Parts: sequence; structure tokens; C-alpha cells
Amino acid sequence: MTDVLLLSLTIGAFVGLSSGYLGSLMVLKRMALVGDALSHVALPGLALGILFNFYPFIGAFAFLFGCALVVWHVERITSLSVEAIVGAMFTLALAVGILIIPQPDLLEALFGDITKVSLTDTVVAVVVGIFAVLVTRAVYKKLVLGMISEELAISSGINVHRTNLIYLLLVSLVVAIGIKIVGSLLVGFLVIVPAATAKNVSSSLFRYAVLSSIFGIISSCSGVLLADSFALPSGPLVVLSGIVIFVATVVIRWVSAGVRR
Amino acid sequence: MRSHEDYILEVSDLSVKAQDQTILDNVSFKVKRGTTLAIVGPNGAGKTMLFRALLKLVPYTGEIKWAHGVKIGYVPQKLSATDIPISVREFLSFRRSSGIEKSLRAVGLDPKIVSDKALGVLSGGQLQRVLIAWAVIDEPNVLLFDEPTTGVDLDSEEAVYEMLNALEHEHGITVLLISHDVHVIRDYSEHMLALNKKVLCFAESDEITKPSVLHAIYGPGTSLKKRKERR
Repeated sequence: MTDVLLLSLTIGAFVGLSSGYLGSLMVLKRMALVGDALSHVALPGLALGILFNFYPFIGAFAFLFGCALVVWHVERITSLSVEAIVGAMFTLALAVGILIIPQPDLLEALFGDITKVSLTDTVVAVVVGIFAVLVTRAVYKKLVLGMISEELAISSGINVHRTNLIYLLLVSLVVAIGIKIVGSLLVGFLVIVPAATAKNVSSSLFRYAVLSSIFGIISSCSGVLLADSFALPSGPLVVLSGIVIFVATVVIRWVSAGVRR
Repeated sequence: MRSHEDYILEVSDLSVKAQDQTILDNVSFKVKRGTTLAIVGPNGAGKTMLFRALLKLVPYTGEIKWAHGVKIGYVPQKLSATDIPISVREFLSFRRSSGIEKSLRAVGLDPKIVSDKALGVLSGGQLQRVLIAWAVIDEPNVLLFDEPTTGVDLDSEEAVYEMLNALEHEHGITVLLISHDVHVIRDYSEHMLALNKKVLCFAESDEITKPSVLHAIYGPGTSLKKRKERR
């Protein structure tokens, strides 16, 4: 195993773990498409990083969190749906990003590239991934209670708006580190599909969160291994690996429902 | 003469506005300890907003004075999402990690049967009981119920109210409940507060069966049907 592959697998494991875990909340919030669209907002930030020679993760995170802040605030002060706000912002960001990013870097930014990972990328992914998982774990129950009933959460002393903001910050961090492996066009996959897969085979929250994280790790690591074997972009292969697991759980659920009948 | 200590809640001149609309206008009433107060009124009368104000979830003017040492349990009208893969035990542990089995037994549920079930697969009656278990797990002395039997069949509805009655009598819990059901108000509460932004009537619950009171709350042409006619 080469050093680059080892680093890519390490990034893949931590990106898969953190995005699977955070994604379990995104799917419960019925914000799967919002999460996907939000991830594309990273593109102009990446482009600025490449153009002005600073670490692209910082640019991506700044744009993601800026967009998340706008969505959080506009949702609070208007009756617009989150989908409408994110939809408008994501198409704008994608258009601007594609116009300003240098052509040779466009494919890597959109679909990920594991041949250029560095030790810095790996350290950032590990630190950010662990941080995101730990903070999410601390607010997980509050977020779930807010989804079950906002009144119940508020009457239990939970600041729902502040907890949502913390969650959006964490999603921005995780999407920013995921771009290296799956690219900005496909990174939304990692916060949606592992969680949707886990939901197919879970009846408790603990099992759901753990399975979502495990499916995230399996999807991203198997995608990285396949990309290394066939010299292809990693992003699409991560997606394909995850979809295979998703289809398997749909079949399991379908068969077990048939057996119960 | 009744002392202040006999009242667990005293509300004076309570007003709530939202987006320049008056939702509650100078509402005043008192609730005695260990009794059940039914809050009744047409849709949009401000009943749920009254609860939100009592829970201090919305800004208001006037005075809401809870007795010293009050611990409130709240049961919302419905849950926003029931497709979340969360077991009954996990849900109740959000409130308190101990006493889960005791609270389930208190609401007439067998912990062995329901603890590991997902919230989403419970029947309407079971879900309502789990919500009540959520409210009582912290051993409150006041329970607020916002239409506690919405979407529940009539038999389960009666069982829920019987259980509420038992909680009131055995544990001395004061209950405030919002209901549209005249029979529930008459059979399961001592006092009623009829609202339509303002207080229309604050009286003993038997008064609800009087045509003049029904007309004042729901408008002319309203009559009391026998319970069996609703099946």
C-alpha cells in the first residue's frame, strides 16, 4: 500500500464517519436535498483558495458556513422555505465557482482526486472529523428532540435555534473536508445516502446513528480503494459503493416486510 | 376565605400579541391545587397560545404567577415527526435517564412490551400515553395537556382521561387541559375556562352543558349530543 493510498484511506474513514454521523440528523430533519445543494456552495471558496494560493479547505468552509448562516437567519426572519433559499444560493455559487476556478482544477474540485492528498489534508480531516463527531454527539439528543417536537424541546429548556446553528457549522466543516475525496458536486452524497441506508434497517436511534457512521466509512473507503485500483476519480466510485449498500438494505427491508406479512 | 397558597396558578391581565394581532386579551383566572381546569374555545381562540405563555415560550404582558416549587410537565398536541427511528426508552431517556419503567407503568403501559418499540409504530393511544409518561417522568405537580386525545379513538380517549383522573387524585397533580370535547370537560374537569381571545366564561365545568354557555362559546345552533351518537 502506497503512502498516498494510506493517507486517502485515512481521510476517507474520517470523512465517512463524520458525514455519516452528521448526515443521520440531516435525513431526520428532512433536509437531505438541502444538504446536497449546500455542499455545492463550497466551489467558489475552493476556487479562491486555488487562485490566491491559500489552503482551499479554508475557502470552502468559509463559503459553506457563510451560506449556512444566511439560510439559518433568513429562515428565522421570513416564511421562505429552506429549500428555496438554498436552491437560489447554490445555483449562484456553482455558476460563480465554475467561472472563476482554473480549468485544470475543475474536475478535481467537482469529483475529488485521491492522487494529490497530503499529510496536511489528512491531519485536517482527522482533527475536524473527530471534533465534528464529538460536538454532534453532545447536541444529538437536543437536535432530535427539536425535530420530534419543537415545543417539547423549548419547554425542556433547549435553545433550538442555537443548536441548529451549531449543527450547520458542523455540517459546513464536514462537507469542507469531504470535498478532497468526493468533490464538491458529490459530497452531498455522504451526508445523505449512508443515513438513508441506515434508516432502512434501524428501529432505535443508537443503531441508526452507529450504522449511518459505519456505512459512511465503508462507502468512502471502498470508493478510495476502487479509485486507486482503476485509476478513476474517487467521487463517483464512493457514490457507487454507497448505492450498492443502499440497494442491499432496501432488499433486506422488502424481504423482511414480506416475511412478516 | 381562600388563601393564596390554595392556588397553584394566578393569571392577571394576560395579553399576547403576534404580528400585530391580538391573540389573548386581558385574560385573568386562577387554578386551585390538585384540580383539573379545562380550557375550551373555538379554533383560533388562543388556547394553545395561552399554554405557550404559561410555559414562558412567548412574550406577553400581564402577570403569570405560579406557586413556589411548581414543576410543570407538558404534553403537546402532536409530534412533528414520528418516522424517526427512536425507541420509547430512548425518547424518555432524553427527559430523564432513571424512572423510565415507573413512568410507563404510571400511564398504564407495560415497559417490557413498549420500551424497545419505535415511536412510529405505536398506536395513537399508546403514543399519547408515552407523551404523558414523558411529562410525568420528572414527577411534576402540574400537567399541561394540549388536546391530549387528538387522533385517538373513543375507547382509548376515555382510557387516557381515566388515567389523567387517577394521576390527579393519587398524586395530587393539577391538570390544565385544552379540549374541544364538551363531554370530556364535563366528566373530567372541575372548572372550565372558555376563551375566544378574551375570557368568555370561567365557571364550574357542569355549566358547559347549559345551552346559553354553549352558544356563547361555539355560536348559536350548537347542541350537546349524547356520547354514543359520536361513535
